[in-house]
Amino acid sequence: MADSGEAYGVSEPETSDTVKDRYLTFYIDSEQYGIEISDVQTLISMTAITKIPDNPDYVEGIINLRGEIIGVLDIRKRFQKPPKEYDELTCIIVIAYGGLTLGLIVDSVNEVITIAEDSIVPPPSAKLNSYNRFIRNIANVEGGVKLLLDLERLLARE
Amino acid sequence: MADFDRESMLDMFTFEMGQLLEQLEQILIRSEAGYSQEEINEIFRIMHTIKGSSAMMMLNGISTAAHSVEDLFYYLREESPRDLDYRRLTDVVLAGTDFIKEELAKIESGAPADGDCEGVVSRIKRHLAEIKRQNGAVDSPEAGNRNPEAGPADNGPGRYAYRVFFSDGCEMENIRAYTLVHNLEELAGGISHVPEDLLDESAVGAIRKNGFWLSFTSKRDFNDIRNLLETTPFIREIDAEGAAGPYGGAVAGRADEEPAPRAAAQPPGGVRAESAGKKPQADADKYPPETAAEAAEKKSAAHHVISVNVSKLDQLLNLMGELVISEAMVTQNSELDGLELDSFHKETRQLRKIINDLQETVMSMRMVPLSTTFFKMHRIVRDMCRQLGKDVQLEVVGEETEVDKNIIEHISDPIMHIIRNSVDHGIEMPDVRQRLGKNPKGSVVLEAKNTGGDVLIIIRDDGAGLDRDKILEKARNNGLLRKPESEYTEREIQQFIFLPGFSTNDTVTSYSGRGVGMDVVSTNLEYVGGYVSVESTPGEGSVFTLKIPLTLAIIEGMTIKMGGAKYTIPIVSISTSFKVTPETEVFSDPDGNEMVSVRGDIYNIVRLSEFFGLETSVTDLRDGILIMLENGDQTVCLFADELVGQQQVVVKSIPKYFKKVRGISGCTLLGNGEISLIIDVAGFFDK
Repeated sequence: MADSGEAYGVSEPETSDTVKDRYLTFYIDSEQYGIEISDVQTLISMTAITKIPDNPDYVEGIINLRGEIIGVLDIRKRFQKPPKEYDELTCIIVIAYGGLTLGLIVDSVNEVITIAEDSIVPPPSAKLNSYNRFIRNIANVEGGVKLLLDLERLLARE
Repeated sequence: MADFDRESMLDMFTFEMGQLLEQLEQILIRSEAGYSQEEINEIFRIMHTIKGSSAMMMLNGISTAAHSVEDLFYYLREESPRDLDYRRLTDVVLAGTDFIKEELAKIESGAPADGDCEGVVSRIKRHLAEIKRQNGAVDSPEAGNRNPEAGPADNGPGRYAYRVFFSDGCEMENIRAYTLVHNLEELAGGISHVPEDLLDESAVGAIRKNGFWLSFTSKRDFNDIRNLLETTPFIREIDAEGAAGPYGGAVAGRADEEPAPRAAAQPPGGVRAESAGKKPQADADKYPPETAAEAAEKKSAAHHVISVNVSKLDQLLNLMGELVISEAMVTQNSELDGLELDSFHKETRQLRKIINDLQETVMSMRMVPLSTTFFKMHRIVRDMCRQLGKDVQLEVVGEETEVDKNIIEHISDPIMHIIRNSVDHGIEMPDVRQRLGKNPKGSVVLEAKNTGGDVLIIIRDDGAGLDRDKILEKARNNGLLRKPESEYTEREIQQFIFLPGFSTNDTVTSYSGRGVGMDVVSTNLEYVGGYVSVESTPGEGSVFTLKIPLTLAIIEGMTIKMGGAKYTIPIVSISTSFKVTPETEVFSDPDGNEMVSVRGDIYNIVRLSEFFGLETSVTDLRDGILIMLENGDQTVCLFADELVGQQQVVVKSIPKYFKKVRGISGCTLLGNGEISLIIDVAGFFDK
């Protein structure tokens, strides 16, 4: 596998250039969150989800993504926010992270932006809300504060 | 890159070695009573290949061990000694193959193959020397020196001798010489050469200085030999004159401690030339003339089989699954509803047929006969008999039955454990058997047969059978009894042996008695969706039956609806389904467990919605449907909203993010792209 990667090596630096400092931002309520674009595989609109018994409530179930079966998490429920009806803006962000492919249900997707490293600061050390622990960094940019997600913790099963 | 190459070569190497060893072991054990000439040739050929390949991979231990076995069989092939102790011979050869197997296992696990072959090799050599002594193999030196270049006068082998010089500055003369010898082995036997140890660095200088002395016998035309020599790269000069002279001197002095071919080669041009002259008939028997047709057939057979990486087969199967789903998505597309599409439907039927055929072909490519797994058991039975002092005949029936490759991997251990159990616990000692009026030779029958979607593997022994009281006692001590002892049926008691940590053998042997084993059987079988049962008659023996599915990948399923979701139940688990009518007797016990009476038998009702903790609008039993599910000898009635239909489904696994859910074995995509969870019937019975 490593071999083929080298064979097509030309595209490597290019991709890392285009994804560097690039974030996909989305809304939960009025807050904006960001995920590094390199972790994002694709975006799909809301689709039928098959429940899997015996799982925490934020684990919504599985969906059929072009023949591939992937799990789906509801970010609202993960953040323990009050439930909200899915609507036409509800979106599933498919991420590939740590060998897992998972869908994240979000209220709506905003845009892809570049966030310079120097505008990113760590979150306040006092963790007041339970969902604070899923925030790795905070970016203070034009158009409002973006909360950058810590996927490691978000996907961790407890 | 170099590492990668060696890796893949090692993979290939260990794979081929494994196959050869398996083949070899089968021959050895099959013909422990006596080898036919053909089998000796076959063993010789296998050992020769192992030697060559391992030397190429620089695995000297394996190569040396294989060489000594090859020597042994060379002698057997050439001299056909009489009155051989085949059992001992088999022991010796198995020791050799075991050594090679251990080395291969090391290589497979990434460890260096550093085993010392000395013990094995000297054992084999000793055995060979002994055979020779018994056979009066004092090859009287014979003066008659054939003209080395004259070639054989008849069809029998003739002796050749050459001195070969390599081109100046070609380097690695010893390795080149080694390759030459190896290539020559295809055509010739009894090869001896000076210098003897080609892998030693000092050989390089000797070859450069004196040339490479080579002597061998061959039944091939001398033009062939000459041709081989001449096409070998970097050979400057081939000298046939006077080659025999110094050669004889080099070898004769050590003939007494040399293995067969070299001893036979004493003095140069001696033995083989002699036998070629004296017993051409015998030689013709050993080398049956191959007709052109036979040769062609052999050749073409070799080209009809290719080995394919399993991952490619897996990928093919995945794509096949995608195709099945895609086809359903297209032909059952909701946009087609209500349209008049006569020719479309005709064409889709044709498409469906092709896909079905394709699917069958893909599945058949993954099917592997059970023979390899079965024949391994011969060795286990043999070794156990030798160690336990028992006499057991293993009979194998239906070994040509084919099962998906993934499944084979999971049933090899269970079969082995059951066979060990049968030989160790089941079959009595010969004297005991005699006293009981049984045949002192115990019998274990390993049988496979197809029954529709399943394969049955039956292991039957004529031993003592399971000891009911012992099992009960053990179950009592381990706190496994859940109801009064008297209420247990014979069958229920017998099933106890499949529980973890259950062994009734008082003494721990190296084979069984530690209580591990039989529970491995049931766990492994559950994994592949099969089950094991046992029936035993005291004094007459036990019958273990393993029921395994043909394949894991594509199953025939019944899709049902519950709540908003669909579920698929493997058809093989469904015995019947029925509606609850006012006449149906449904009742519940004080704990609220619902039961239904069907033709006099009472079954538990499991509501799928309650089992999974999901909601459904159908709560009245009369509105839904009851599906009777069987798992082994247990039965339960599952309550669901409605049946949707029967179809073939491709089994997919639930993403690993989810923990294993009881009652669900996987999922599948339905024709409309919807996901359906596949019900694991065994899950309903776990306590």
